[in-house]
Amino acid sequence: MKAARKLSPLHRYAAYPYVVWAAAFVVAPLLFVLYYAFTDRSGSVSLTNFSRMFNGDTLKVFAISLAFAFIATLICLFIAYPLAYAIVKTKKKTQNMLIMMFMLPMWMNFVLRTYALSFLLEDKGLLNRFFDTVGVGHVRLIYTSGAVIFGMVYNFLPYMLLPIYSVMAKMDKSLIEASEDLGCNKFRTLINVIFPLSLPGVVSGITMVFVPSVSTFYISQQLGPTDFVLIGDVIESEIKTTGGVYNYGSAISFVLMLLIFACIAVMNKFSDEESEGGVIV
Amino acid sequence: MGNVLLRLEDVSVRFDSEQILNRINLEIQDKEFVTLLGPSGCGKTTSLRIIGGFVTPDTGFVYFNGVKMNDIPPYKRPVNTIFQKYALFPHLNVYENVAFGLRVRKKPEKEIKQTVKEMLALVNLSSFERRDVSSLSGGQQQRVAIARALAVRPKVLLLDEPLGALDLKLRKDMQVELKNIQQQMEITFIYVTHDQEEALSMSDTVVVMDNGNIQQIGTPLDIYNEPKNAFVADFIGESNILDAVMKEDYKVVFAGHTFRCLDRGFGAGETVDAVIRPEDLEVVPPEDGMLSGTVTSVTFKGVHFEIIVDIRGFKWMIQTTDYYLVGQRIGLNIGPDDIHIMKKSEYSGKFGDYSTYSDEITELSENAEEEE
Repeated sequence: MKAARKLSPLHRYAAYPYVVWAAAFVVAPLLFVLYYAFTDRSGSVSLTNFSRMFNGDTLKVFAISLAFAFIATLICLFIAYPLAYAIVKTKKKTQNMLIMMFMLPMWMNFVLRTYALSFLLEDKGLLNRFFDTVGVGHVRLIYTSGAVIFGMVYNFLPYMLLPIYSVMAKMDKSLIEASEDLGCNKFRTLINVIFPLSLPGVVSGITMVFVPSVSTFYISQQLGPTDFVLIGDVIESEIKTTGGVYNYGSAISFVLMLLIFACIAVMNKFSDEESEGGVIV
Repeated sequence: MGNVLLRLEDVSVRFDSEQILNRINLEIQDKEFVTLLGPSGCGKTTSLRIIGGFVTPDTGFVYFNGVKMNDIPPYKRPVNTIFQKYALFPHLNVYENVAFGLRVRKKPEKEIKQTVKEMLALVNLSSFERRDVSSLSGGQQQRVAIARALAVRPKVLLLDEPLGALDLKLRKDMQVELKNIQQQMEITFIYVTHDQEEALSMSDTVVVMDNGNIQQIGTPLDIYNEPKNAFVADFIGESNILDAVMKEDYKVVFAGHTFRCLDRGFGAGETVDAVIRPEDLEVVPPEDGMLSGTVTSVTFKGVHFEIIVDIRGFKWMIQTTDYYLVGQRIGLNIGPDDIHIMKKSEYSGKFGDYSTYSDEITELSENAEEEE
């Protein structure tokens, strides 16, 4: 019986490709990032990259990137949550179709989608032409901070919708009935039962939107003001334009990773505490 | 007891093309223990959900204390439900689950604390306040669900097969406990089950349902002793149901013999169904019996033997504490008060003959269904 508990050799061999993959494409690059981050261009260990970061404008860029990602994530949450709630209320067939409609854009290339957005928002773009016709007049849309946020929300909304929807769809309907039975109307049921039970979906949705938002660079370049940079842009230009000197870019990446890690840790802590509360409304 | 608390009037429900309830009329008294009994798909759970407010009837009315309730949402109804799978909130501990309805009603913290303690004591879970509901056994979760529903002091408690998931021993204990709680709290219980024994032992009134119709309403004794049709006779306990002809008042003919009985008011020569319970048949030597036949099977049931006897091609079931051999000839006597005469119904001929003695098989397949 003991032998049966151990993985058979076949099972172990089956895992090898992944081990090799992880070593080559996950662990090794991380080690390289670490190495470059803590060395200068001559290869000797130093903290110059970090002192440069903390003295220059990079800190401000960090702050802006976090703020933008935070706002985009929040907007995604406020759109996706009621949306998921509404979708779950429909018939199963309609649900599948609606989810499909929100997933469909994800099948299109990310760059293409963002590019298409800029056409839409341009000064002579579709939206402005529409505004002209209805007499609203010209509105500056593209190359604004708002456009960057819009781009993030547009691109990452499905990642918020899907986990929240799947948690809600799997929720035991009798819990909702029990809540109504005990005196909660629809809104109180939402606050007291559905929301706390859907928190795991909310947490993973936030993670899945926040992480790509905070590190994105293409969206800000395509839709943001000319001198506007997010931390992703800084890393990209550091890696691309310094002709093989990766040290500073690696250091920023490393700090960004730590920041993301910290944000997720804080959020998970918060959601754990949240789920132990009583009735709110 | 005495005044009508709850009334269903001409209630019908269809789901898609299926008629779930067919013009149901039902009155429930205050402080009564009413059981809706029937096989799965008979409409009992739908009836309960209509009272709870989770299903809106297509036609008909629901009255509570004479006030129409059709359009009142569940959260405003003075009824609470014990759900089949308890439906405890997994994100709250035992205390908070029981306190849920009180918090929604914005009761002061002191009162909440007192009520929760009282309710948990009522269901014998006093030391479980801080426990996570997922760490409780099925029986304990059941008790928390009861405490949670009773904490808000409903006028009526609706119980949807609440003991279905518990094992036999625990179920028996909970039956007694539920009955005690009902009497202690002095409220109306409406209890849904497919278990006839549960229905008989707990209820003041049993409502037997099949196929979206109420077949019979009565006390457990009435239902058992005076079933209205072959369905009720068969569903509640074991029954031998025979085609019979009323000769005149107090005289009925079946199995080639004329019996004295206590029933009257049928037309002379009217065909009827005669019910004889297996435990009422008296086994005598073949030459002394009103009827005689051959034993075809004997099953030991613990307290008694279940014997199948072939009399003129009809297989009778007898419950007796004496042992007989397969193949042995025995006689049967039936007293006048052991015969119950019923009018012919759509169920006549469908039940009450043990020639295809398939109870055990039916039971097995029923159990298999429940486990799914």
